[in-house]
This record gives sequence, structure tokens and C-alpha cells, in this order.
Amino acid sequence: MASVFGILFYIVSFLAVYVQVFLLVTFFENRKKIIIRKDAITLNEYPTVTIIVPCYNEEKTVLNTIDSLLELDYPKDRLEIIVVDNASKDGTWNVLQNLEKNSQIRIFQEKKVGKHNALNKGLENTQTEFVGCLDADSTVHPESLKRIMSYFVNEDTMAVAPSIVVRNPKNILQYAQRAEYDMAHYNKKMLAFLGGIHVTPGPFSIFRKTVFDKIGIYRKAHHTEDQEIALRMQKNGLKIDHCPDAYVYTGSPNSIPKLYRQRVRWIYGFIRNAFDYRELFFRPKYGTIGIFTLPSGIISITGTIFLLFFSFTRLYEYVAKKVLESQAVGFHILGGNLFSFNLFFLSTKAFVFISIILYILVVAGLLNGRKMIYGRGKYTSWDIPVFLVIYSVLAPIWLLKAVYNAITSHEASWSNERDYLIENPVQNK
Amino acid sequence: METNIEKNLKKNDWFKYIVVFVITLGLFATAGGLSNFFTNKKIQTMRDIQDKLSTDILSSETQFTLLSELSCSQNDGQENLSDELSDMAQKIEYSESNFKTNETATELKRYYTILEIKDYLLMKKINERCGQKRSSILYFYTTAENCTECTKQGFVLTELRKKYPDLRVYSFDYNLDLSALRALIKIYKIEDTKLPALIVNEKKVTGFSTIEEIEKILPKVKATKVLPKTQNN
Repeated sequence: MASVFGILFYIVSFLAVYVQVFLLVTFFENRKKIIIRKDAITLNEYPTVTIIVPCYNEEKTVLNTIDSLLELDYPKDRLEIIVVDNASKDGTWNVLQNLEKNSQIRIFQEKKVGKHNALNKGLENTQTEFVGCLDADSTVHPESLKRIMSYFVNEDTMAVAPSIVVRNPKNILQYAQRAEYDMAHYNKKMLAFLGGIHVTPGPFSIFRKTVFDKIGIYRKAHHTEDQEIALRMQKNGLKIDHCPDAYVYTGSPNSIPKLYRQRVRWIYGFIRNAFDYRELFFRPKYGTIGIFTLPSGIISITGTIFLLFFSFTRLYEYVAKKVLESQAVGFHILGGNLFSFNLFFLSTKAFVFISIILYILVVAGLLNGRKMIYGRGKYTSWDIPVFLVIYSVLAPIWLLKAVYNAITSHEASWSNERDYLIENPVQNK
Repeated sequence: METNIEKNLKKNDWFKYIVVFVITLGLFATAGGLSNFFTNKKIQTMRDIQDKLSTDILSSETQFTLLSELSCSQNDGQENLSDELSDMAQKIEYSESNFKTNETATELKRYYTILEIKDYLLMKKINERCGQKRSSILYFYTTAENCTECTKQGFVLTELRKKYPDLRVYSFDYNLDLSALRALIKIYKIEDTKLPALIVNEKKVTGFSTIEEIEKILPKVKATKVLPKTQNN
């Protein structure tokens, strides 16, 4: 039993280290190509862009979002904003009606619940060359659109994802998320170099409109339509890039239950979408997405769950020993062993060093991510250890829940998928 | 369109996958190497302690032989031996459950067992000659099967040692292949079905015993705490 566990540990940790080394090597190969612009830039031409803002019960935040869009440094006649109220139950629709005076803004109502429906409503009414969306809890940096548009000079680039930054972190949990997002920038940019991005995030990813003409509109995709569209693009060989200096500020869950729900949804979505696109796995013709991105996602899920079981067995062994001890000599709060602080008894097993290496690689990625998007400055901060500790404890729990949900709701989701395909046969590509 | 993707995976990329594999292997080798290095350091620490123990016991023996009839107050050095023995016992127990190969741990344990027996014999001699009442416990446990009673007994003895620093606890792995130990087992008629077994001041007790039970069999044990001082004066 112990040896099976040991072998599994080495396999999983080898793959996890492999993934991190792969990203780091990619970083050293391409770090000169990472561009961070501090000043305003001018584009040779300003293609027409529509930004769709889907709202569901967002009367409080939507105006901030719209304001930040209106403040984008982009010619007003080249930028249109479409706001779609997706059957909100609060006063969102009333708030939106005041916006119609502005010629840049058009508002719509979509009664069919589901973010994909709201986005598609926007797409139907878009005539511009480029289209993006912005969640109604996010705001954008004034330069971000120009910076993103500069990536479309490359004719092959079909979509560009921004850098999502946690807006005004207030509590420890939000600081931990800030660190996590900074690591995500690094991962995303490296995947961009490799051509293997698997998500075009809801906040401010910009697409060529032709993408939707070629591969169809948004689908109901396990509440993570931004992952599904990216996978569909990858499947069809459409290039996705990442613009590290296009900052989008997004609200982050401020409590553990909220964060938990968000992550269960994301990971559930990842698993289900990866399952739906399982034909991409290990097929060289689909490139990095199938060889690297999707397998490494599965590795990180497996690894984290493994870590949970590993910690539990350790905890169980410890508690069992403590129970025996208290049965034998009574209960000692301080542990009662003579050698608690003797260096000799610190574990020197290989797995300890492997874990240390893995943590160093993760932190290196995080620091690279920070350096990449903020340019020069101070990167090390107390939020990094906080992030590592909080996520080591919480991540296995939401991962396990997401895996459980993904397995148990298999049937239900399949029938949804079938219904959808029957309703929308055109998109069945 | 597909040629586009295929461009992403040129031969060059496969080369990179292999290079990363080699780097990862290197990191794992480094982890293994570090682990080996520190484990060897630990083994060296244990060897050093054993060498010191061995020298100390030999020295006590020699001293005793030289001066046996003349003085009984010369064996002061004996006291810290008790601590060294128990420190060593803990380290051996740890290394058995934590080192990759048990061979080194077993080898160390065999040597340690001989040292224990020697020390036990010497202490018995000193007790006889000088009329001292040093108490000792011989503790037999098993590693051949999962013996929770033995683990519990271990905790009790550790606790007793803390309470009575002068108490000598000699622990023996019943299953250790060592002729000297076999002889000891034969003398005290220890059976492997009745483990853990204790020989408390020559009296055999089998099965798990609590602190109180041992203290009852060992009334003199409390006296040992102050014994050296009164004896020496």
C-alpha cells in the first residue's frame, strides 16, 4: 500500500514539476518578446470594435463598468458598447435605460437565462470587425483596448486575452487571489507563446468577428462559455494571443464560500469542457492545447487531490499515534515527546525536496508573472506565502467537489448538450 | 488551417519536450541526492553516538575492573549514559520507519543491542559489588507485526524515563537476528506471542503495563532519583 502510494506520488509530482519546468524554459526562450508599455500608444488604424456587456442583477456595478469603457482611449466612432440585460431581477434594466442617450451605447434585453444567450444577443447585433465582452463586475484600463488591438496586426491572431488583475484587494483572501492571478498571467503568456491558451476570459477578451462566423456563436458550456469558445477556436486552428499590459480590473470573491462556489464552477467547467473536447488530447495536429495545456490541467487537478489524500493519511497517522499515546500515558497538549525540535527528526525523504522544488518553481512563475505585467518594482510580498498556504488548504476541497459534480452530473449535462444541438443545429461543427 | 497548428509543433518543439524531461529528471536526481546526503549525515550522527556509547561503556568496564574492590564511587560517568542510550533508542526507532533502506538501521540496531546488553551486565555487576539499587527495565517489542500495544508501551517507558532520569530502559527488538539477544530471550523465557514483555528488576511482566503498574513492581525506582548522592557521600 505504502509503495503504491509512493510510486503514485513520484509520477504525479514528476509530471507537475515537468509542467513548471516547461513553462520556465518557455519563459527564458521568449522573455525578450514580452512587451510592457507604460505610455499611451497610437495605432496606424483603429478598426471598429463592439464591446458586449452582459448583466445579471448588476445595477450597482454596471455603471462603473460602462464608465470605464467610455473612458477607453479609442476613437468614439470606432467603439460601440452593447449592454444586454439577461433577465435581471433587480433594477438593472432601469439603470440601463438612462444610458441610451449616449450614441455609443445600445441596450438590449435577453429573456433566456444564461450568459451565452446574452452574449449571442450582442453578437447578433454587432456589425463591427472586432468584438469583445466585459463582465459587468469589471473595469478596464484606458489604454487596454489599443494595446490589445496592436496584437491584431498579426493577421493570424484571431483573439487576444487581457491580464486580469484583482481590483482593490481588501482582505487576506483577496490578496491571496491577487497573487494567484499574477501567477495566471505568467501561465497565460507562456501558453500564448506555445499557442495553447485554453480560455478567453469573460472580462475583455477581444475576437475578430469572423471567428463567430467561422465556428459559430457562444454555447451553453457548463457555465464556462469562455473556456468552451477558446477550445473550439483551438480545435479549428484559430490563434489566441495574450496581451500582458492590457489590464482589466475585476471584483474578486471576498469570502471563502463565494470563492469556493466560483472555483467549483470554473474547475467543473474545465473538466466538462475538456471532456467534451477530449479528442484534442495528445493529438499533435491540434498543437500545444492537446499535448500540453489540457493534460497539465488534468495533472494539476489530480496532483492537488492527491495532496489532499496524502495530507489526510499523514493527519490520520498523527492522530492515531496521539490517541495511542494518550491511552498509554494520558493526554499531553504539548505533544509530550522529548525530540520535537531536534533537527535529526526533520524528514529528509526525497518527497520533501521534491515538494520544495515544486514550490520554488511555482513561486518563480508567480514572480515572473508580476515582473511581466507590472514591469519594474517590488515583487516579493507577504501575499505569496498567504496564497500558498490558503490555496494548499482550500484548493483540494473545491477541486474534489468539482470532480464529484463533473462525474455525477454527467447524464444531465449530456441531455442539455443534446437539446442544445437540436435547437441550434448550425453550430454543430 | 491545420498547417497553421502543425507549425506549432515542429521538430524543434519535440526537442524541447525532451530537454524539459531531462531537466526534470535532473531535478529529481538532485532531490534524491539531497535526501541521500542528509540521510547519510543522520546515519553518521548515529554512528558517532554509538562510538561514544561504546567508548563510555568500555571505559566504565575497564574502570570497574581496575578499581572494583577499592571504590564504588568512581562510576559517576554512568549517569549520562542513561540519556545517551535513550536518545539512541529514539533515533533508531525513527530511522527504522523513515530511512529508505532498513539495512543501515538494522545494522545500527544490532550494534546498539550489543551495547545495551553490555551496559546491562556492567550495571548488574556494579549493583552487586557496591550494593547499589539502580533499577532497570528490559523491554522486548516486536516489529514483525503491527503491535499497537508495543507502541503504547513505548510511550509509557518514555514517560517513565522522563520521570526517573536514572532509570535504565533497554529496549530489544524481539525479531532482531543477533545471537546475544537470542541468549537473553532464552534466559528470560520471552515468548513472541506475549509481547510487549518487560523485565522490571528481574521480574517478568507480559502484555501492556501502565506507568502505575510498573511503579508498583518497582518501588525502589523512586529512590533511584536521590540514590547516587546518598551513596556517594
